[in-house]
Amino acid sequence: MPRPHLYLLATLACAFGLSHFSDKIDPYFLDVLTGIGINIILAVSLNLVNGYTGQFSLGHAGFMSVGAYMAAAVSVFLGPRLLGEDGGTALQQGSLFLAALLTGGCAAALAGLAVGVPSLRLKGDYLALVTLGFGEIIRVIFQNFEPLGGALGLNSIPAYTTIFWVLTLVGLAVFVVTCLVNSTYGRGFLATHDDEIASEAVGLNTTRYKIVAFVIGAFFAGTAGGLYGHFKMTITPTGFDFTKSIEIVVMVILGGMGNTLGVILAAILLTLLPELLRPIAEYRMIIYSLMLIVLMLARPQGLFNFKFGKAKL
Amino acid sequence: MSEFLQQLLNGLSLGAIYALIALGYTMVYGVLRFINFAHSDVFMVGAFIGYYLGKLVPEGTFWGGLLVLSGAMIGCALLGMFIERVVYRPLRHGPTLNVLITAIGVSLLLEYTGQIVFGAAPRTFPQIFPAANYHVGSLTISSNQVFVIAVAILLMIALQLIVFKTKIGTAMRAVSLNPKAAQLVGVNNNVVISFTFGLGSALAAAGGILYAMNYPSIDPLMGVMPGLKAFVAAILGGIGNIPGAALGGLLLGTVETFIGGSQFSTYKDAIAFAILIVILLFKPAGLLGKFTIEKV
Repeated sequence: MPRPHLYLLATLACAFGLSHFSDKIDPYFLDVLTGIGINIILAVSLNLVNGYTGQFSLGHAGFMSVGAYMAAAVSVFLGPRLLGEDGGTALQQGSLFLAALLTGGCAAALAGLAVGVPSLRLKGDYLALVTLGFGEIIRVIFQNFEPLGGALGLNSIPAYTTIFWVLTLVGLAVFVVTCLVNSTYGRGFLATHDDEIASEAVGLNTTRYKIVAFVIGAFFAGTAGGLYGHFKMTITPTGFDFTKSIEIVVMVILGGMGNTLGVILAAILLTLLPELLRPIAEYRMIIYSLMLIVLMLARPQGLFNFKFGKAKL
Repeated sequence: MSEFLQQLLNGLSLGAIYALIALGYTMVYGVLRFINFAHSDVFMVGAFIGYYLGKLVPEGTFWGGLLVLSGAMIGCALLGMFIERVVYRPLRHGPTLNVLITAIGVSLLLEYTGQIVFGAAPRTFPQIFPAANYHVGSLTISSNQVFVIAVAILLMIALQLIVFKTKIGTAMRAVSLNPKAAQLVGVNNNVVISFTFGLGSALAAAGGILYAMNYPSIDPLMGVMPGLKAFVAAILGGIGNIPGAALGGLLLGTVETFIGGSQFSTYKDAIAFAILIVILLFKPAGLLGKFTIEKV
């Protein structure tokens, strides 16, 4: 069996195992693990866009917020009608959550398509800025959209997110991205990243590759948003601002762009860091930013990228 | 009608500030071809230098205010040159993305160091220039607005003179056109780039003080939004184009003020980005920019 499939199976087995013993595990540990999982999904999906395809997107938090809001809307507004007064059985809740996550993911993917089609004609700095702009526009729209809570945000979202769901989705996200990039079709992402003009010259439709990467990235960002909403039980538009996007970008860069394992490690490290640095929490962002600068000067290929030779950026 | 004129005046004074910040973005982009994300935080540092200097000089006097303004401009020019020397110069020949990411890093560093050094709570900016309100017909013009527009116009004229009439300005234009060729004819690129950063940062500092005079509450994150919008203004006018940046700033400030005064005021922050996206889609080189084809 190919390795990605084995890893997927192993993750699913882990998910089952952990959810079976979840009431025996320290809740704090579970919370941290959930946070790590959500960040891994975000970082791995952004890595498909920023790392493998080489398109610098700064609006990932925007797609996350679309997913979070749509998923929350499904379980808050549709949930009570479908499940009835008593809240339904565990299986019913599970299927509702699955539907909510899928809705969130698809809505984010649609947003990704809407953003990607016009903006992917731009390159480098401009693309970064336009995606940032879209992220901000999405935030302002949610702030003004009263049915979803407006500036106050959406509250009392049912806490459906369990370690099982998180691990399963982490496994799926990593599996899809790895298999996609390593497939014959997926080589086009790397080609687009390496040299766009040369790829076009050999007949690859680079725009299409960029849009596909964008849409898939947005889909997983949306599901991560759905998990996040049902984990925190409350979401506000300001929680998904520019800073959140930067945080995800830092994970991707730290891990070494286009290196899934490195990005996973970076996501784990950067989620644990604030927990470990809790006594000096106000210095966290200073450490972050210094790390970014020093890393770019000293190790531009990323902290966890151990491939020797030319840095691929 | 009088409300329209009043809003236009408010818009122009906001736009003049955007234009000052946008000039720094556009000049740096002209010589180095990268977005200096840290520029908006140099703007913030400028306002804070003004805050601390403002306590030292007598409040509300013309010469004191001028002293504060020039002090902040010099301080930020040094800061800008320091950032360029320490962080950007080693990366100058690196990939664009690395430079962009480093710029974001510098920006975050300045913001969060600011939160520790200055404190995260907003502060009231002192009235450094004499304050008065003039009434022309039904219009109310505050002296701050007059200062903002006057200082911005003076600085833009000075910049235009520096860029087009001095030796270093000629060198700047040469580096912007072709860095290698400029080096071949004896331009010291390092000096020119350093000077560009100094000049841009001084303008950002002036923008910071003027902004703080009009919206007298300053905090370490105050630069983020004006910075992004000024960058939008720079693109709007055509990045790398100095008159374009001024035009873009004034346009954006005016549009934003009118939106802010209408029923859509809560969408004010989104409008700059909407304009950016529309401009980039239909005229990627900006209003005054020239479109160039990438050559292999």
